Amino acid sequence: MSFLPEALRLSQTPLQLHFEAVSGNDVRRIVGQEHVDAAGFLALLSPAAAPHLEAMGRRAHALTLRNFGRTISLFTPLYVSNHCANHCRYCGFAAPNTIPRSQLSLDEVRAEGQAIASTGLKHLLLLTGEAPRKAGVEYLEACVRVLRPLFPSISLEVYPMETADYARLVQAGVDGLTVFQETYDPVLYAQLHPAGPKRDYTFRLNTPQRGAEAGMRVVNIGALLGLTDWRQEIYATGLHAAWLQKRYPGVDVAVSLPRMRPHAGAFQPACVVSDRELVQAMTALRIFLPRLSITISTREAPDFRDNILPLGVTRMSAGVSTAVGGHAKPAETGQFEISDSRSVAEMKESLRKRGYQTIFKDWEPMEGSA
Amino acid sequence: MNHTDIFEIGGKRLGSRLFTGTGKYGNDALIAPVCESSGSEVITVALRRVDLDGKVDNVMRHIPPHMTLLPNTSGARNADEAVRIARLARAMGCGDWIKIEVISDNRYLLPDGYETAKATQILARDGFVVLPYMNPDLYVARSLADAGAAAIMPLGAPIGTNRGLRTEEMIRILIEEMELPIIVDAGIGTPSQACQAMEMGAAACLVNTAIATAADPVLMGRAFGRAVAAGREAWLAGPGAVATLAQASSPLTGFLDQTEGAS
Repeated sequence: MSFLPEALRLSQTPLQLHFEAVSGNDVRRIVGQEHVDAAGFLALLSPAAAPHLEAMGRRAHALTLRNFGRTISLFTPLYVSNHCANHCRYCGFAAPNTIPRSQLSLDEVRAEGQAIASTGLKHLLLLTGEAPRKAGVEYLEACVRVLRPLFPSISLEVYPMETADYARLVQAGVDGLTVFQETYDPVLYAQLHPAGPKRDYTFRLNTPQRGAEAGMRVVNIGALLGLTDWRQEIYATGLHAAWLQKRYPGVDVAVSLPRMRPHAGAFQPACVVSDRELVQAMTALRIFLPRLSITISTREAPDFRDNILPLGVTRMSAGVSTAVGGHAKPAETGQFEISDSRSVAEMKESLRKRGYQTIFKDWEPMEGSA
Repeated sequence: MNHTDIFEIGGKRLGSRLFTGTGKYGNDALIAPVCESSGSEVITVALRRVDLDGKVDNVMRHIPPHMTLLPNTSGARNADEAVRIARLARAMGCGDWIKIEVISDNRYLLPDGYETAKATQILARDGFVVLPYMNPDLYVARSLADAGAAAIMPLGAPIGTNRGLRTEEMIRILIEEMELPIIVDAGIGTPSQACQAMEMGAAACLVNTAIATAADPVLMGRAFGRAVAAGREAWLAGPGAVATLAQASSPLTGFLDQTEGAS
């Protein structure tokens, strides 16, 4: 059982014809429905829904308030290695890019962890490039053991692994997995990943379910917005999230909405997703999947992040450095440039002014405590 | 207030039949004023949110000292995890009361009755005052009672939906059949719905989302406190029988009087 057949079917189904059949009336009716199905979700992503953004926003707000309250969970990424064998054409860490490469020693990992923990953060996202011979399971496991006393929740955004490796890391104290498909279009995927282990579309697509099977509590998926038509990508992302929710009901499924930012490579976005379009994507996702966690990163600008708070967001990053070792010492080249450089304290104050409570700790690790 | 109306759970006498929560507030500083305005004396808190070492965030700081703490096992997906969380709560100084939530469905947040009963049995033997959250099912309620629960907490509707007493008929059966206090938990969206649950004979209501996400949580807390008290008084007062049909001017059994009179 895999999401692959559905993803392939979607990639061969142009949504244009479906979009043309959607009327403003359809959108109004769907926004008022208690349960919205996949066809309704598609309609909410259509150009016909664009004039109804305010109604979608109000519905998304009501659903978010009911399910999550006025709260935002904060986390920060910790880059421990930027060695990478992949050739992703859009990524600053890709193998052909001549940037300084490094990997933190465990002492450096501890220093980074302490610098982050001193800001009050309790949820950590551990990142590497894809170089398993340098930053393998053993290394990650050692990092987690160093960081666990400082952070009750540790998620991984590394490279796709086998279920057994994930299970081993869960045992060590990892509770979340973030993996972006980047694009659900297999043809474009092959073009954008010309070399390296990431070429394998199917292995990557099935990664979230391997994580869920290994016991991950949170699985965060996403498409990199800007690589191709965002409506197609968000539709596939939403269906993938719904598929995961249905098959792994105990897993907290989350979606990120990363928009492409300038980076060290020469690759530029094929399409630019506007603010209005990102809001349409997010509110459509919220209305389709009311319990979905939605993550917004510091790729987005402070004003925009503040303004979209009521529309469905549940998690945000803050106090971010996308460079290896960027928390304890001055940063080098990051994976991508961030737009929101607010500190954790500034972010908390900004959320408070908007009537939102910052959640720092929302998990109690249970391994070995019975 | 009826001074003979004693509400006791786990050997503790409670003055209010409204339990409140700590989740979903836009600002945790609202928790204390809500406790005061609502009159609530029992407050539930997810252990996953408790961070006694928290430098910038510690929900426990906002809970007034007179409140009875009801830690809950939110996040537990099976009995084993619920037991671990309960024991952690006790070790962290949160007391002996525990609200068991075993949920392995993130879409609807419906509780797992079988795992809940298993955890209830283990924790009751451990000396906890166990309040299990459950789907209102008579068989599950009986097994929870057998397992040593101190009260039963059936849902009115799925958590956080504010949809009211959708399970009214099932809760009514629990109230009629079970000797343990029935505390309606989850789904209550308005004070009138809480009042309705109390009029039915519920022992108490737990309300979080409807208060925490109101535009004015302190005022909504007060409204819920009053509604719960009013519903309780109505139940104690014993409402008059409700007629489902108007009194017919020519009763179907009226002939009996006539035949008796004629004989």
